Amino acid sequence: MSEAVTADHVPTEAREQIKVASLGPWAWLRANLLANAWSTAITLALGYIIVRVLFALISWGIVHAVWTVPYGPTGIADTSVCQNAVGIGACWAILADKYRLILFGRYPYDEQWRPAVVVLLFVGLYIVSGLRRFWRKELALIWVVTLAAVGVLMWGGVLGLSSVSNDNWGGLPLTLILATFGAAFSFPLAVLVALGRRSTTLPAVKLLCVLYVELIRGVPLIAVLFMASVMFPLFMPAGVNVDKLLRAQIAFILFAGAYLAEVVRGGLQALPKGQAEAADALGLNYWQKTAFVVLPQALRLVIPPLVNTFIGFFKDTSLVLIIGLFDLLTMGKVALSDPPWQSFSTEVYLGLAVIYIAFCFAMSKYSRSLERDLNRARGR
Amino acid sequence: MSQATADPRLSGPRTAPRRRMRLSWADPMFRSVVWQIVIVGIVVAIGWYLVRNTTANLAARHIATGFGFLGRVAGIPIGESLIPYNPAADTYGTALLIGVLNTLKVAVIGVVLATILGTLIGIGRLSKNWLLAKLTGFYVETLRDIPLLLQLLFWYTILQGLPGPKQAFHLGNVAFLSNRGLKLPLLDWQPAHTWALLALIGGVIGTVLCNRRASRQQEVTGVRPAVWPVAVGLLVGLPLAVWAALGAPFQLELPELKGFNFQGGGSFSPEYFALMVGLVTYTASYIAEIVRSGIQAIPLGQWEAAGALGLRSGQVLRLTVLPQALRVIIPPMTSQYLNLAKNSSLAVAVGFQDVVSVANTTLNQTGQAIEGIAFIMAVYLSISLSISLFMNWYNARIALVER
Repeated sequence: MSEAVTADHVPTEAREQIKVASLGPWAWLRANLLANAWSTAITLALGYIIVRVLFALISWGIVHAVWTVPYGPTGIADTSVCQNAVGIGACWAILADKYRLILFGRYPYDEQWRPAVVVLLFVGLYIVSGLRRFWRKELALIWVVTLAAVGVLMWGGVLGLSSVSNDNWGGLPLTLILATFGAAFSFPLAVLVALGRRSTTLPAVKLLCVLYVELIRGVPLIAVLFMASVMFPLFMPAGVNVDKLLRAQIAFILFAGAYLAEVVRGGLQALPKGQAEAADALGLNYWQKTAFVVLPQALRLVIPPLVNTFIGFFKDTSLVLIIGLFDLLTMGKVALSDPPWQSFSTEVYLGLAVIYIAFCFAMSKYSRSLERDLNRARGR
Repeated sequence: MSQATADPRLSGPRTAPRRRMRLSWADPMFRSVVWQIVIVGIVVAIGWYLVRNTTANLAARHIATGFGFLGRVAGIPIGESLIPYNPAADTYGTALLIGVLNTLKVAVIGVVLATILGTLIGIGRLSKNWLLAKLTGFYVETLRDIPLLLQLLFWYTILQGLPGPKQAFHLGNVAFLSNRGLKLPLLDWQPAHTWALLALIGGVIGTVLCNRRASRQQEVTGVRPAVWPVAVGLLVGLPLAVWAALGAPFQLELPELKGFNFQGGGSFSPEYFALMVGLVTYTASYIAEIVRSGIQAIPLGQWEAAGALGLRSGQVLRLTVLPQALRVIIPPMTSQYLNLAKNSSLAVAVGFQDVVSVANTTLNQTGQAIEGIAFIMAVYLSISLSISLFMNWYNARIALVER
């Protein structure tokens, strides 16, 4: 592999690319696929496997797939076509039949435009947060307004919207709510904890922050969620009942807070000491120094890892399946519990995977391009 | 020298003279003490409030606190266990111990397999072969973007959709893959094998010592004595000789189809198999990226300089590149190992009985929610701490020694 590792060395690579490109496709093949006997063997073996798998997938997913099924007089799907095609063709009819249930859960059918708008609001919020011209204090205001709008749309009860209990929330909006509200509330917590952990004058507070961060990061999310679902009711005085969604959301905030705190601490550590000292020399007090000098620079440094951490939370929301909340993945399982459709889990899981990939891939692509831009701007 | 030490500016860090704290808000020391008392006070008050509520709630539900329930008979059926277990007679303590062992079984084997697979894929991404680089890139991008839980459920369904034992996929009629899991031939373990294993361990120690001596000799004389004949003798010859001297027993216990399932041989249950496949492929996608960026972090000049010194390409990799790449690789690798150990708790979703699953059943049966969760947390904290300690030790060992 010795020569393979030179890929990072840009000038040579660029020179080679120019050379290869000028010699046409055959030279490209010689350089990239058939460089030597070993490379040719790998190409042939992989090529064979890829062709076989692609043909099998096309045959299963497109050629022999079942796209629709007839419905009986009582509205029950007759899935015998799909049953006959098991192992030969995919049954995409289950997605056609169940997509509203999977995407929006048991939200009242006629009101499902509301969760749809909520999904769009979230996507808009992510895009706006990603644009660098919005990286100002007003962004916090945008987040507050959007999250408030999400709450109004989901709960209703005002502005002529009928009221919907959060027991009926589910699907994609719930996944986005858990991840986004989790990030929004855990972020201020994380900043405070990171500052506390870096404190030199408050050893007791530093100890508390270290304990919190290390305790949460040392246990799996499931343990925190179990704590929220079985221990939390014991913590509350008799008669106080906090609903399941809020409990899971609190667990998520506490969990995310510990991880984000470490990311923020990384940014605080990376900032040269001179910045804080200069602020001291200007006579700023601790909070002025932190708010106007340290945090704006430190947070900017850690935006790419913050995005990566957020992608992790987005995927981790699927764990609420285990404590029985109806997020996207749970709704997939609910859709599969319908007797006529029980044996088509592969199709549903593939459908869900596509949704998760769409969100995560967009975010990670963005995070990487951002990292490149920021590094370039810093003149590295 | 004496002049330098006489200079007060060079006599170690200067510390401000200690002064007494004034009871005034203008004194930073006084302020920090007050703030700490206030913040710790709030935390303690919240803690006390929660404890008081909890004791009241437990009293109202007639639940006794404490770990006394560990001695009661559990009655939890457990599918696979590393130690003998009888649900009708064994206690909750034993059941939880089995859970812990199962978690360790997943974590340890998972870490090893994920490291191997991840390293291969990471190197594959750097390959000059365009097809291999793109395919491994596709693997990494896809698997990282799908929640692990979804992947586990997917693998579990795939395994359940496999044909039954009678139509199982098989490899030369010794290994079988069916919806009952993976069945493998098992070596009939004799004392001779134990001795051969001990001989192998002794051989490893001997090889390491021999290698050290060779390095010392090389430093003195500039010529490195050949180590490999001794290494082969110690690592292969010695265990084989011990095994042969004790009669060379070798008998495989093959899985056999009896009725509706296989009897005999070693086996991986579908739950364990699905969990393992999911965890390993998912974690490998992260490890691949760590390995790739670790190798790419080594400047090209290092390769060239090592080549200029006359090292062969294998030596360049072993003596120049890897020692430097490992310094970049180890810290993020540690956190991936920790993640794998923590993610093994998702076993509960596919029905593999790890510590979370057993503790969850226990707390549902006994109502000992606090003890159950405290137990889960204690187990994972110990695992996390052990991995961190080991990896920190290793990291310190390979760290750059600066003056």
